[in-house]
Amino acid sequence: MLQFDLQKHGLRSLNSALQEQKEKTNQTSWEVINPKGSHSIAVGIDAPIEVNIKGSTGYYCGGMNQQANITVKGSVGPGVAENMMSGKVVIEGDASQYAGATGQGGLLVIKGNASSRCGISMKGINIVVHGNIGHMSAFMAQSGNLIVCGDAGDALGDSLYEAKLFIRGCVKSLGTDCEQKEMRPEHMDLLKQLLSEAECDAKPEEFKRYGSARKLYNFNIDNSDAY
Amino acid sequence: MDKRKKSIIPLTTPRYSATFSNDVNSDIRRAAATGIYDIRGGGAKRKLPTFDDLLFLGASISRYPLEGYREKCETNVKIGTRYAKNPIELDIPITIAGMSFGALSGPAKEALGRGASAAGTSTTTGDGGMTPEEREHSTKLVYQYLPSRYGMNPDDLRKADAIEIVIGQGAKPGGGGMLLGQKISDRVAQMRNLPTGIDQRSACRHPDWTGPDDLEIKIQELREITAWKVPVYVKLAGARPYYDTTLAVKAGADAIVLDGMQGGTAATQDVFIEHVGQPTLAIVRPAVKALEDLGMHRKVQLILSGGIRNGADVAKAIALGADAVAIGSAALVALGDNDPIYEEEYNKLGTTAGAYDDWHEGMDPAGITTQDPELIKRFDPKEGGRRLMNYLKVMTLEAQTIARACGKNHLHNLEPEDLVALTMEAAAMAQVPLAGTSWYPGKPGTSY
Repeated sequence: MLQFDLQKHGLRSLNSALQEQKEKTNQTSWEVINPKGSHSIAVGIDAPIEVNIKGSTGYYCGGMNQQANITVKGSVGPGVAENMMSGKVVIEGDASQYAGATGQGGLLVIKGNASSRCGISMKGINIVVHGNIGHMSAFMAQSGNLIVCGDAGDALGDSLYEAKLFIRGCVKSLGTDCEQKEMRPEHMDLLKQLLSEAECDAKPEEFKRYGSARKLYNFNIDNSDAY
Repeated sequence: MDKRKKSIIPLTTPRYSATFSNDVNSDIRRAAATGIYDIRGGGAKRKLPTFDDLLFLGASISRYPLEGYREKCETNVKIGTRYAKNPIELDIPITIAGMSFGALSGPAKEALGRGASAAGTSTTTGDGGMTPEEREHSTKLVYQYLPSRYGMNPDDLRKADAIEIVIGQGAKPGGGGMLLGQKISDRVAQMRNLPTGIDQRSACRHPDWTGPDDLEIKIQELREITAWKVPVYVKLAGARPYYDTTLAVKAGADAIVLDGMQGGTAATQDVFIEHVGQPTLAIVRPAVKALEDLGMHRKVQLILSGGIRNGADVAKAIALGADAVAIGSAALVALGDNDPIYEEEYNKLGTTAGAYDDWHEGMDPAGITTQDPELIKRFDPKEGGRRLMNYLKVMTLEAQTIARACGKNHLHNLEPEDLVALTMEAAAMAQVPLAGTSWYPGKPGTSY
């Protein structure tokens, strides 16, 4: 394991070292100490490496991640794992706004709560939140799965496309064009797998599924109140 | 008796209302019949103060002209000199503006790349990601980073020669986008991760940042991902150019792209295009003032767009303080958009060559703003690229002709003092004297 003191060596030096790692690197284990809320930690990695960040981070931690397993032993600021392509990002604490925004792949696990707009415009990422999520989560979410073991705030899934939302607790309100859907066996299987990967002991049968009513897919003046 | 009486009453000419013109009434009838506002492509069509309202003075006893075809007038420009390790170096100060694959066909995007590369300039992706065709055929490709993040991925980001964070565009400051289902082919849908055939709404705000302080952090993230190699532009609509330019520079932009309301869009509401934003002529001086106040003029480059059509427009934009210009609609015309050779087909669509703007419907007879495989076949990307290259070269020669006449050995040596205005409006907006006077409205030390 290679330990990196962020305050001592600086952000550019850290990201440069992480981004230099390639597919078959031998340096697979990294530990970052003294993150002290810095922004853009461990962004743009494209290698199957482990990065453990000991403390809380600022904006965009793990942004655009490819392949790496990133763990934050603390909480994260806005936009964690934004536009992630693959790999896994695990947050031991809470996440601020826009967690997993526009993510296209991989798994984002938030063991605490996530704030508003969690999974906004998600495009294929899987997100598992052990706690609650804030308002306007999964806004314009295109594809992927958002699993929430706690409650969801107002306007869940507003203007939703094809992403699937699984909520165990209460939903304060649904957004425009979002509706409850039936749980089918394939959804149970999917939940079982993702909950297991997220080290979450919730049971699939405790969740309700929400998805797009698909009424806004093509413009219709009779739906103008919804726009 | 009756006949005689009738004959002495003079007939009056039917009188149309200036308020309820035929155009206006046709809009009302269309709205009443369809229940939806008019959506169209392009930029503002209304008459606006433009660069045509400015004139160059040329040389005189105090300014020596340069000899055409003999004495050099340089045209190169370097963009991204503030922070980027690899600034973009262009042979000419005319770039191709962002236009998406989706709005345009694949071959049209390829032609833009071919033409721009042959002329020594850059082209730009759009809302929909980077296609291999345009990367392959573009020597210098600017990658747009948009609110929708359609097709956004770090591999393409790292292939880009510059990144352009789009905050707004001149045709619709504050508006998102809508690509109607007709144009969502399988390939377009796949690139955008959405079902084929549905309307694709592009958000008006970025999903993971809000405001100038966040923008600074977002720029830092993009620089970290691309190892601080490529310039980061910020594209702004011409809404509040002084303050927006100031904030973008504060946030760390290498270059500002500023788009006036004549700048085109693939599709939005006509009422938006015609009634929101400011003319290109009106936005350049406030942006330049912001850069000057920050000590950043010519250090953070200003790329002006929106209705740029010829070398005179290029020269005027640069004289007013821009470092370069970008063209979109004009480039499409060069490729063959609205060409009268397709007049019969334009007529069938209820329009005429020169007025066709229903680009969102995907039925473009010229095969440019469409995803229809049969229409696309009409467009030859090699020929299109050549036409664009020719046009870019002509614009450059025109701008050089003017600059030499003003005694400048580089386009960037043009200055506001080379210009006068033909109208009070243009004088006020460009802050150059009304022709025949030494005064313009708002000139410091004068009153009006």
